[in-house]
Amino acid sequence: MTTAAFMILLAGTVGAYLLNRHAAEQIRNRGARLHSLAGFHGLYGALLVAVPTLVVVLVWLLVEGAVIDRLVMSGLPAAALDGLGAGERQLILSEITQLAGGRQFGQPQPWVLEAAARMVRLRLASDVLLVATVLALGGGMAVLAWRRVSPDFRARQQAERIVNGLMVFCSTIAIFTTVGIVASLVFETGRFLAMIPWTEFLLGTRWEPQMAIRADQIAAQGSFGVIPVFLGTMVITVVALVVAVPVGLFSAIYLNEFASPRTRRMVKPVLEILAGVPTVVYGFFAVLTIAPALREFGAATGLPIAPNTALAAGLVMGVMLIPFISSFTDDALTAVPRSLRDGALALGATRAETVMNVLFPAAIPGIVGGILLAVSRAVGETMIVVMAAGLIAKLTLNPLDSVTTVTVQIVTLLIGDTAFDSPKTLAAFALGMLLFVVTLAINVLALRIVRKYREIYD
Amino acid sequence: MNRAAAPVTPAVLATVKIQARGVQVFYGAAHALKDVSIDILDRTVTAFIGPSGCGKSTFLRCLNRMNDTIEIARVEGTILLDGQDIHDSGVDPVQLRARVGMVFQKPNPFPKSIYDNVAYGPRIHGLARNKAELDAVVERSLRRAALWNEVKDRLASPGTGLSGGQQQRLCIARAVATSPEVLLMDEPCSALDPIATAQVEELIDELRSQFSVVIVTHSMQQAARVSQKTAFFHLGHLVEYGDTEQIFTIPRDPRTESYISGKIG
Repeated sequence: MTTAAFMILLAGTVGAYLLNRHAAEQIRNRGARLHSLAGFHGLYGALLVAVPTLVVVLVWLLVEGAVIDRLVMSGLPAAALDGLGAGERQLILSEITQLAGGRQFGQPQPWVLEAAARMVRLRLASDVLLVATVLALGGGMAVLAWRRVSPDFRARQQAERIVNGLMVFCSTIAIFTTVGIVASLVFETGRFLAMIPWTEFLLGTRWEPQMAIRADQIAAQGSFGVIPVFLGTMVITVVALVVAVPVGLFSAIYLNEFASPRTRRMVKPVLEILAGVPTVVYGFFAVLTIAPALREFGAATGLPIAPNTALAAGLVMGVMLIPFISSFTDDALTAVPRSLRDGALALGATRAETVMNVLFPAAIPGIVGGILLAVSRAVGETMIVVMAAGLIAKLTLNPLDSVTTVTVQIVTLLIGDTAFDSPKTLAAFALGMLLFVVTLAINVLALRIVRKYREIYD
Repeated sequence: MNRAAAPVTPAVLATVKIQARGVQVFYGAAHALKDVSIDILDRTVTAFIGPSGCGKSTFLRCLNRMNDTIEIARVEGTILLDGQDIHDSGVDPVQLRARVGMVFQKPNPFPKSIYDNVAYGPRIHGLARNKAELDAVVERSLRRAALWNEVKDRLASPGTGLSGGQQQRLCIARAVATSPEVLLMDEPCSALDPIATAQVEELIDELRSQFSVVIVTHSMQQAARVSQKTAFFHLGHLVEYGDTEQIFTIPRDPRTESYISGKIG
């Protein structure tokens, strides 16, 4: 039935388009001058039918279930729900819903069967009502649009206004989602900070979030000092940048300035393939290739190398960031005007001197912007570190040691047996909030630098 | 050295600085320059004139092998600088460009300070042994480019912050600072207003005492004002080359005459 409603909507839209366009063409054929082209009259009709009807259908589908559930529950015999908690009511409702869907378990009580039958009737009524509404509304709007067709009617402006509204609506979806995410983070973080003082969270040096969820459990008193976790993130980020920045920079400089066009055509796409490798695959690579190699190296040389090192995770993350940095550098170098290049070459500078003394300084703001964006990706990267980094938070700067990161902790805190009123779980939101603030700050800084750089040449 | 002291009629006294014979340039399949032979004199301003796309800038860029930087360009023929073939395998284009400086159509100061812009050439070629010498080179070059008085108090401010005319004179100072023997100028005044143009022209006239200057220009008045020798290019051919006065008063080739009188181009 819902499909039928959508079909009617589609047909109505197309119909209104054709109807209005035909009406406008008729007017034109009689010799009157139309303000808008006939196509715009058609578009106006189509939009006038499609937009409000679609909104009604979507809202209807959203609230339909809840309304029917409430009607069914309120129609139950008064004695059936007496003294039942929220969970038990929920169970009864789901039993009714199952029955209404045709799945019967055991021998339900007669009043449950009756409720299920009522639910089926209500659903049918709702569907019929929906189709009727769509028909009435769509038809009404089509007639309204059709009656407006006249030589002077500004269909183009009206249609553009509706389209404009649609675009505004779509762009606000992204904004509201962001606002919602931030709001939920802030709310949960607030709850966390109500249990754990912020001084302990931000300045504490011990991260042991394992604590009793139920009163009868035996567990340590959790401690929530974020410093070792953040230190882990920083160690891995630094290792990643030590790999990615030089490799990315030099490969971009080589491809941009020294490579022949043929080499460039072949190498550049290969480099960009790196950007398309899923991070899970990078994670495999870190765990199955890099980490054992490091361990063997450690065994051979006597270096104390942990099985889950920050080095392995950082190295692989660095490889992941190479295309990021090289493509930013490439763009920045390409944006340097050719005249600067010629100017340096004409003074007798070699290609290397031209790159190092002239192009690089001119491109540096763009490159720095790229590196900062890479940093914020490294800080927020999850999959590689979940697979390759450790779980225990250690207060160390040694990349050969096992460390954990903010993202790894968020994942582990939210996996498994969780209760959303325990500091253990809420700590994940506080970590997320901290991560969000840090990456936001880095991104803002990066975008500011990139924008400042644009002003130089445009 | 006598000639520098008394450059009364340099065109007569000057020796040949650059000798080009049968120069051809191809950009991919396009034949941009066809069989150009010319003798460019020392301590003389030589003007290249001709309609757009006639090959004058292309030929200019041959003289310091800037065409090497364009992937699809191919240059044939011989160009001798002081009798030595600039395409000889023993010639390093980097050193050649230090001897044959170039000023471009659009001012292109580096995004560095005024001082560093001028000091760039001397630095990369090791022309100054210490800071004092470098300071002297920078000051001398800026004075020659008639820019010293305007910028002497702000040598540390960025060269890109100067006005268009000042930027172009900065670029000239930058080119002069490496003490080239030949200075190539590709329409150096096309982005300048009349006042800045007059300053640059004055400067060109002054540079003649030390360098051989080759200037590409679209303005025939400018060619007549600053040059002693003029070459007229048309459709990739060098049509006519002679004393500027003769070219502008009694051109031998009918195409030169049509161009000068405004019938073609």
